[in-house]
Amino acid sequence: MIKVQQEDFDVSKEIKQLTKTNLQIGGLACFIGLVRDMGYGETVKSITLEHYPGMTETQLKWLEYEARSRWPLKEVLIIHRVGTLQLGDQIVLVVSASAHRKAALESCHFLIDWLKTKAPFWKQETTNSETRWVSARYEDEVETQSWDTSSNSSNK
Amino acid sequence: MQLLYFGWVRTQIGVSSENIEPPPEVSDVYALIEWLKQRSDLYQHALNDLSSVRVAVNQEVADFSMSISPDDEVALFPPMTGG
Repeated sequence: MIKVQQEDFDVSKEIKQLTKTNLQIGGLACFIGLVRDMGYGETVKSITLEHYPGMTETQLKWLEYEARSRWPLKEVLIIHRVGTLQLGDQIVLVVSASAHRKAALESCHFLIDWLKTKAPFWKQETTNSETRWVSARYEDEVETQSWDTSSNSSNK
Repeated sequence: MQLLYFGWVRTQIGVSSENIEPPPEVSDVYALIEWLKQRSDLYQHALNDLSSVRVAVNQEVADFSMSISPDDEVALFPPMTGG
């Protein structure tokens, strides 16, 4: 399931919602991304997330499809917030649920790695004196690409 | 043709979207970008270094060599920074 929204999310509620309808889930892995101060000079006050409505939902659904085709997953949930967020706010939630831990943990890692470089979101930071766009990290691209070549034992 | 801009491409060009009618010889994304760059210094500046520009045609990530037609939606943006 994919949700793109301005409002905050309650991790515990979202997980309960996900698990109560599927009793075959043996475990789930969860990643929560938070707004942080990147530490480049001046203190960041807030960030604003811009996205490409329409394409965002399509890309996130495709990410879910990719994860489900690589691991035996019972449920996938991706919530990504947009708009202006403060330091410490939750930005993104990825939950992968499976019968066993390995598929859940690996697919959660895969989803957040791919989301970083394949979902059309752009971050802008605001400090006391300026607003600037956050550059893409080369390391994120390398980590995304590593999933194209690595073999997944749970996918056999 | 509907053009959309995001991230610093949007802030440098100064608009988030526009409808354009490029000449018939603009048949792929690369030609479109070259045509846009002739329009003003804003486009020239924003689209000068294509190594930091990405493109989507009809909401799918595409190469600069992708063919385009007048009915297409073309988006130009920097590398994505979600998560």
